Amino acid sequence: MELELRGITKRFGSLVANDGISLSVAPGQVHALLGENGAGKTTLMNVLYGLTQPDEGEILIDGKQARFHSPKDAIAAGIGMVHQHFMLVPVFTVAENVTLGIEQADRVGLLDRRRTRREVADLSRRYGLDVDPDALVEDLPVGIQQRVEIVKALVRQANVLILDEPTAVLTPAETEELFRIVRQLRDGGTSVIFISHKLREVQAIADTITVLRRGAVVGERAPDATAEDLASLMVGRNVQLRVSKTPAKPGGTVLDVDKLTVTGDDGRVWVNGMSFQVRAGEILGIAGVQGNGQTELCEALMGLRPAAAGIVTLDGRDLTHATPRARLRAGVAYVPEDRTEDGLVGPFSVTENLILDMYDQPPFASGINLQLPAIAKNAEERIAEFDVRTPSAALPAGSLSGGNQQKVILARELGREHKVLIASQPTRGLDVGSIEFVHRRIVEQRDHGLAVLIVSSELDEIYALADRIAVMYEGKITGFRDPDVPAAELGRLMAGGADTASAEGTARAPGTAPGEDDAPVADASPITGIGTPGTGPAAQEDA
Amino acid sequence: MSTAPPSPPTAAEEGSPESRRRTFGQVFKESFLEGNTVTVTVLALLSALVLGGLLAAFTNPAVLHAPGGSIIPKAWDVASATYVALFEGSVFNPHTVAALFHQASISTAIHDGYLSAVFAPLSETAVGATPLILTGLAVALPYQAGLFNIGGQSQFIGGAIMAAWLGYDLSLPFFVHVVVCVIGGFVGGAAIGWIVGELKARTGAHEVIVTIMLNYVMAYFLAYLLSSQSLLQAPGSPNPITRPIASNAHLPLIAGSNLRINVGFLIAIACAFGAWWLLNRTTTGFEFRSVGANPSAARVAGMKVERSWVLVFLIAGGLAGLAGSAVIQGTDFTLNPQSFGTYGIDAITVALLGRGKPGGVVAAGLLFGALHAGSPGMQNAANTPVQIVQVLQALIVLFVIAPPLVKAMFRLRATRAAGVGTGTSRGLSA
Repeated sequence: MELELRGITKRFGSLVANDGISLSVAPGQVHALLGENGAGKTTLMNVLYGLTQPDEGEILIDGKQARFHSPKDAIAAGIGMVHQHFMLVPVFTVAENVTLGIEQADRVGLLDRRRTRREVADLSRRYGLDVDPDALVEDLPVGIQQRVEIVKALVRQANVLILDEPTAVLTPAETEELFRIVRQLRDGGTSVIFISHKLREVQAIADTITVLRRGAVVGERAPDATAEDLASLMVGRNVQLRVSKTPAKPGGTVLDVDKLTVTGDDGRVWVNGMSFQVRAGEILGIAGVQGNGQTELCEALMGLRPAAAGIVTLDGRDLTHATPRARLRAGVAYVPEDRTEDGLVGPFSVTENLILDMYDQPPFASGINLQLPAIAKNAEERIAEFDVRTPSAALPAGSLSGGNQQKVILARELGREHKVLIASQPTRGLDVGSIEFVHRRIVEQRDHGLAVLIVSSELDEIYALADRIAVMYEGKITGFRDPDVPAAELGRLMAGGADTASAEGTARAPGTAPGEDDAPVADASPITGIGTPGTGPAAQEDA
Repeated sequence: MSTAPPSPPTAAEEGSPESRRRTFGQVFKESFLEGNTVTVTVLALLSALVLGGLLAAFTNPAVLHAPGGSIIPKAWDVASATYVALFEGSVFNPHTVAALFHQASISTAIHDGYLSAVFAPLSETAVGATPLILTGLAVALPYQAGLFNIGGQSQFIGGAIMAAWLGYDLSLPFFVHVVVCVIGGFVGGAAIGWIVGELKARTGAHEVIVTIMLNYVMAYFLAYLLSSQSLLQAPGSPNPITRPIASNAHLPLIAGSNLRINVGFLIAIACAFGAWWLLNRTTTGFEFRSVGANPSAARVAGMKVERSWVLVFLIAGGLAGLAGSAVIQGTDFTLNPQSFGTYGIDAITVALLGRGKPGGVVAAGLLFGALHAGSPGMQNAANTPVQIVQVLQALIVLFVIAPPLVKAMFRLRATRAAGVGTGTSRGLSA
């Protein structure tokens, strides 16, 4: 099936989300839509899937004009979509989810469960999806849930499959699996529209890459285009994709975690006797596959989850059993892993979010009275300093793009007196420009002599930032390494391999930093990187 | 995994310069077409009034038995007479003004109560609105903190018991007695509210269940107290009723002895202002709103979520208790097993209509107070049953809590930020 979009324009009020976009998807191809957050990728796909109506332009299927008033029409035309957030009923089985909405009745009028189960099993076998039709969706890992969504689309005879940021929720291994499945689908004749802002993934999977910027197509490239080329198309300027930071000059220990043990709500041990120190003026990066206790570690460090055993001290002060507020006051700046859930109050204005953990401190409050002028002034300064792109400080923070939301959190946390910065997955889901900005700020913190702890499942990020790397596996640190360690070695540690290299638990700080960006994986990891100061997402764009 | 609606990128993603420079007219027109909450509320009111008018007309025997050709004019007559009577009974009656001007002199006019008669409808509206505003705030305040208070009734009873008991049992000078009883009312309600908050904070018990159950507990506790003369029942009375409270404990009238409007109304308005100030100008209110909008972010920001729950229910209970004291000390002067009326449930309606905002609660409370004040006259003048007022209230709420319905009816565009608005539906589904 040949799919073509012609001159699609979609406006929301004064915002032009899609500006005359034309695109054609050949059968049996993986067509990547690449663009920063807010470039209009998802809006375009919502138009294609019948979720919104375009103001102008037309959709052609095999040369014939099609009008989609609802997803129903789009599905009937052979278009399937896997949303970023899955639309599954957790307490239903895979087969029940797949059949939902297209239930088949047998002759007696009862649900034909057997047929659906057979269909799911067939598809699962044909594309190597490995999905059990009888499994409850809530028991399945995210990667498998995504495959259930794919099966849902395939059962509905989708010839064009839209994957909206499919890897955002996946572990690296799951991503590899997904790519294998996508290739198999393509070889079977299905067209796949792959929406992403991750250069490397797009390069790995796409047959054609269309780059969107600010609602318009800015270029089409073959997958062998260089990362620099794609990145500069995406952001509209040349991005320095290389790490540039001076060697760390670590001082004394600031954050000392000693044999910390943390259990989950279910009694499972998530963090098992972890010990590490973060020193002033250095970045300790905790690498590891997501789900190995990183979340629980951060929660315990912030007092959101009790420590079952062990001691946490900050500048020699015992914080093991301190409340979150006491830790914030003691000088912990915290960038949580899930920014919309833990970092921001979505309906609150940007202004309010910028004082979320300081609202009762002078100058923002005297007694119980909020000092609105001081709060407004703070917002004005922070927004300018951190280049938060928002038409107004009074707008709800939840309406900002991911990158700008993260800037609001950073602006708040770094604007406070603090001694240590704990940042968990600080750039997850962000676009290139925002990643660069966030990384630059984090390195700045280090250069100002603060202790920084980064927890990230993105190796690129760890390499870009860390002065010292700790690898976490099943609640334990499997090894400390210098940042010039080969990725394969980290991979081994992340998979639970024994620490053979150094007998010492705590590695020394790199006396000599890796010279000029010759960290082994730096060139294989063009997505994250720290630009030289001055190339930030500065005022050029829409100041 | 819920059925997330397509979320179009909002204007914030890329701030175009023209979005900042718009004339007032454009903004007004757009906000109207976009169907913001004020527009929707006003249109919901209108729709309810129209539908209520039709109902009043076509349930009227005179209309039903009218000959074919005259049904429409007759229906119009009945509907308009209904609303005219409603208006005259709750806001302003021209006849009373005419009567006033027929008096010989100002002093006789005042002395004979003609001037009071002009303001009597408004006075009745205010008296009716007073407990509605106070209990409405008792729902709205927890709502802002993400909690649903169905227990206005139990907290009202707690306050009423305290106000009545202190009112007849103590013998204090005039002003002091009023203040003591009002404070007693607040404390009585706050105690019941505190139980709810504490249970929620300590055990995680759902506040909706707890408040509903406490409504029964308090209603029967009240009946029990009034069943024995060794408790609260008036000595020598065969009926379950307390002694009247001392006249020193009556809330002072504020517009002469002919009008029932009293200080209770001023207390209600002051409380609404206080609630607004608390929510928007204090650190405590900031905590309430944070906890309500995103408890996990509030926790990460160092707020004590459980403490906010307890505190907000304590204050809410106190407000409902004040409503009890306003009724006992302002209009009823005795306590009986039915004193709590339907205030607890009406409060939810008022808070919904007021969109959970103190100012909105005052407006909604006044509206419902007016409907109550006007309904007897409506029955007399247009032969429309008083129950139609309840139907009208129900219709208003129905339209208000279903913004998509109103938007569809008036062909308004869907709200731009679908996730941010529609506060009421969030509250209901929570």
